[in-house]
Amino acid sequence: MNWFARSNAASPLIAGAARHAKPSRRRRQSPRHMGRMRYAAIGACAFVAIGCVWWVISGAGLVKPLFLPSPDRVVQRLVQLAADGDLMQDLSISALRIFVAFAMSCVLAIPLGILMGTSRFAEAVIEPVTNFIRYMPVVAFIPLTILWTGTGEFQKYLIIWIGTFFQQILMVQDSVKRVPGDLIDVGRTLEMPGRDIMLRIVLPCAAPGIWDSMRISIGWAWSWLVLAELVAATSGLGYRITVAQRYFQTDTIIAYVLLLGLLGLVTDQIMKILSLRMFGYAQGGRR
Amino acid sequence: MTYPKLKVEGVSKVFVQGRNEWRAIDDINMTLDENEFVALVGASGCGKSTLLSIIAGLQDTSDGVILVDGVPIDGPGRDRGVVFQSYTLMPWLTAQENVAFALRAAGWSKKDARDVAKEHIALVGLERFADRLPGQLSGGMKQRVAIARALSYRPKILLMDEPFGALDALTRRHMQELLTSIWEKHRLTVLFVTHDVEEAVFLADRVIVMSNQPGRIKEVIPVDIARPRMGDVFSAPEFAEPHRRVLKSIREESLKLAALDGAIVQDH
Repeated sequence: MNWFARSNAASPLIAGAARHAKPSRRRRQSPRHMGRMRYAAIGACAFVAIGCVWWVISGAGLVKPLFLPSPDRVVQRLVQLAADGDLMQDLSISALRIFVAFAMSCVLAIPLGILMGTSRFAEAVIEPVTNFIRYMPVVAFIPLTILWTGTGEFQKYLIIWIGTFFQQILMVQDSVKRVPGDLIDVGRTLEMPGRDIMLRIVLPCAAPGIWDSMRISIGWAWSWLVLAELVAATSGLGYRITVAQRYFQTDTIIAYVLLLGLLGLVTDQIMKILSLRMFGYAQGGRR
Repeated sequence: MTYPKLKVEGVSKVFVQGRNEWRAIDDINMTLDENEFVALVGASGCGKSTLLSIIAGLQDTSDGVILVDGVPIDGPGRDRGVVFQSYTLMPWLTAQENVAFALRAAGWSKKDARDVAKEHIALVGLERFADRLPGQLSGGMKQRVAIARALSYRPKILLMDEPFGALDALTRRHMQELLTSIWEKHRLTVLFVTHDVEEAVFLADRVIVMSNQPGRIKEVIPVDIARPRMGDVFSAPEFAEPHRRVLKSIREESLKLAALDGAIVQDH
């Protein structure tokens, strides 16, 4: 569950380059070692490189602007949307939807997942059903949710909730089940009551894993949000994309897609920083 | 009438898996006197850890009873402190807080728990590391904290399940000497499970050898080496005799096992 924790290790390609680098006077480090700043700089370069390719392709007229407008056109469009206030409006409504739906999902998935992870009975009741629903495509629920709840806000929440809750609950359960049995036995030999073992051993021990599962599922929530807004919505980032498609405003579509990517990245980084703040010990660091 | 500190009476454990029954340990009888250090050795799979876990109250018996001071046990209890083979510190608590955690659970006040925890961290020689998190401690240090934690709330019996099994040879030797010196100063009834014959002989007053399949008590070998015992005991003549006896006893078991498995046995 912790592959994110290692994400600041370099790719094998870059590691190879470092191995051939001139020996420096600095302390010898493993070939996979790289400073945080250097890593960030290389990451930024990759973005710039992709931007340049895009700029060259559109600038040279290899693709019609209708299909691929130039980067400066897209940026202009984004600035204009921001100036008009459309961007803020779309963004705030979408952010609210994500927040409400994700909170609904967490509030239910965390206690139920913990219950499943600790009680065999609860597991038998919940797990098969959850696993079954988990494999149903979220997209297929769109007509049904509209039929049940109309096209209001609640339908948007429902779609995001269906997409995240059934995944979250299983990941939370998994984190709880990973709590080492010997740690629970420590509590038992201390004659701690079951409730205390739960609150003072199992929960703190599973917390970093639970947080990780939230971090993964909030990424999915962004996708389900846009999906919900592409169909039967009258506001939000996804809605703006469908409207733009109708008027062949490719620049708006690309601007919003990029914006969604950026929002996802920002959310993920915030979650990651919070994780290090709260659970630094899990990475062997200081509190 | 005085009772032995720990009495194991006719304890058996049968695991059932589907239609298969597997007798892990069979009719174990033993007693530990007050302040006695007893090592339980045997080849892997002989059920020595299962027995320790049963004495700790973490597993049920299929038959028989465990008595502490003549009173049958009912599940795990603070009268028996346990040190596990795996590292069992709470990763979000510092070394000292881990000890205090146990004391708080045992009903000590916050202040007393902190003071006693500090004392026990010093006992295992970790004063300088009291505020470190487990992630910043070596394996040996983590086990020292676990020992401090198990001793802190004053159990009647200390149960140790291969506590040094995961450590490298040097650290292990160091830990054995540390444990001996602590035990010699603060006597306590200890049952120490290990598969390391040298370790068993160095630490214990008595070594109990278990047989395999099912696990039974094969032989009890007294170790009459004067205390305090230091690191040079390993090369002392009085060490060699019990060491040889325990080793021989275990070797017989592993040869028996190899023969059972149909392997080719060559005795030297």
